[in-house]
Amino acid sequence: MLRYALKRLLSLLLSLAAASLVIFFVVEVAPGDPASFMLGVNAQADTVAALKAELGLDQSKPARYLTWVIGMLGGDFGTSYTYRTPVAGMIADRLWVSLPLAVYALTLSTLIAFPAGIYAAARRGKAGDMAVTGATQLGVAVPNFWFAMMLVLIFAINLRWFGAGGFPGWEAGLWAGLHALTLPAIALALPQAAILTRVMRSSLLDILGEDFMRTARAKGLTRNQALWRHGVRNALIPVLTIIGLQFSFLLAGAIIIEQVFYLPGLGRLVFQAISSRDLIVVESVVMLLVFAVITVNFLVDLAYALVDPRLRSLT
Amino acid sequence: MSRNLILGGLLSALVLLAAAVSFLWTPFDHAALNIPAKLQTPNGQHWLGTDHFGRDLMSMIMVGARTSIAVALVAVGIGMGAGVPLGLAAAARKGSWLDEGIMRGNDLVFAFPSLVIAILITAVLGAGAVNAIIAIGIFNIPVFARITRGAALSLWEREFILAARVAGKSAARISAEHILPNVMNLLIVQGTIQFSLAILAEAGLSYVGLGAQPPTPSWGRMLADAQTMVSFAPHLALVPGSAIILTVLGLNLLGDGLRDYLDPKLRVARA
Repeated sequence: MLRYALKRLLSLLLSLAAASLVIFFVVEVAPGDPASFMLGVNAQADTVAALKAELGLDQSKPARYLTWVIGMLGGDFGTSYTYRTPVAGMIADRLWVSLPLAVYALTLSTLIAFPAGIYAAARRGKAGDMAVTGATQLGVAVPNFWFAMMLVLIFAINLRWFGAGGFPGWEAGLWAGLHALTLPAIALALPQAAILTRVMRSSLLDILGEDFMRTARAKGLTRNQALWRHGVRNALIPVLTIIGLQFSFLLAGAIIIEQVFYLPGLGRLVFQAISSRDLIVVESVVMLLVFAVITVNFLVDLAYALVDPRLRSLT
Repeated sequence: MSRNLILGGLLSALVLLAAAVSFLWTPFDHAALNIPAKLQTPNGQHWLGTDHFGRDLMSMIMVGARTSIAVALVAVGIGMGAGVPLGLAAAARKGSWLDEGIMRGNDLVFAFPSLVIAILITAVLGAGAVNAIIAIGIFNIPVFARITRGAALSLWEREFILAARVAGKSAARISAEHILPNVMNLLIVQGTIQFSLAILAEAGLSYVGLGAQPPTPSWGRMLADAQTMVSFAPHLALVPGSAIILTVLGLNLLGDGLRDYLDPKLRVARA
């Protein structure tokens, strides 16, 4: 197990190194130099040069790459070109919105998908199964930002149960914060819940066909006892993988949903940074998202190997 | 034929037809402003109503279908064009540095959620339909490479491939003449699913302003325009939203139906 973990850790580090190289060099080919952009078209050449030196843009590319990576290792993401404040602080502020939103949405999607998937699998082929399967077909086809607009229309504008957007900050209290994130989390959770329901259903159906399920019934368990004690537990393994994958989709998906609800999260930060050519912010946020995806996948792989020893022998 | 296949096929054909017809005819000029007729709900003259500039929504939806289909078609084409040969090559040289390299490269692309790729690309090249295509297309490459490699690997173990090798055919020729035709069904089904995902992705990118730029009509941007007016003109959001949902639903049903239809084993197993 330790050897497997070390091997996966090495591949994790290699992936992160490769990802950072890709991000840095993709962003660096961007036309337009941030210093001239900030100073406007009428800037004097020596002013631009001075600002470039101040931002560290006059160094060679490999040197800037190393500075960026080594800085990130120590938690220093550099200084924003436009706001002149540490990028790490800006990201941390925004993470307090984006991360709870993703976790909230993941919780909702799991809470919807588990019962729905188990219900559908237990009633395979019957009306209840058809209804759930039909709903998931619709769920994956609905763009979440459109669903978000509908939620605003119904629950914010017509019923006035929620605000149409904005975030009061956690200083306003846990309840106020969660309340503001509820509609965004529902919008974000819907397509993921549909996918997760399908996985839960088909995974459970596979398990229900196994011999040990028949044995469980034969030794006298009722249908429901067998379903819960042996079926659901075994069906959870593939479901966990999908939940791991979904977390990254939720973080990235939050970028669009934040636009609908005017939430001050990572998504807003990235869009502002793109329009003001604040490349260091774009680089760092993208790197952080990729880091989250790679790390979550790594953890899921490890959890998987812990549960199922057969997997340790595979790559 | 299954219900899925028929319903999915009909919905997809309807969208394709709307896009094709829009080249020859639309109820109104999709770009013509007609302020006195603004914000009309669906009626006899404007079947799907009008927007805040009095533009006919039906015409905009029809022309917007072209954008969606074009972006999705090229993006899936990029994914297949690059991904399938890579997957075939990786399977033909299983375990070699080539296979290792291709699969690790795939893992790397997978680590970037498609939206993040799109953000990076638009940060560098600027927003636009072409850059949206590149972003969605790049994300499709590992999807097709992986599925091709997986299917091809099991084929390489089969007797008829052994026979072809004994006959002296090169790995490249075997891949093209024997492996590819046998993974085609799988690729068609996956292609349909990726197509529907690409339509959703294009709508999302256009919605946040990273996709098709004005004056090119696009469903995602129609939704972005509708956002501030949804409280007094909900049809502005309902119409393009329904267009996206019906298209994606149709393609997904078509993909499911095709999978069952092309794979008789599955048809029996599912019954």
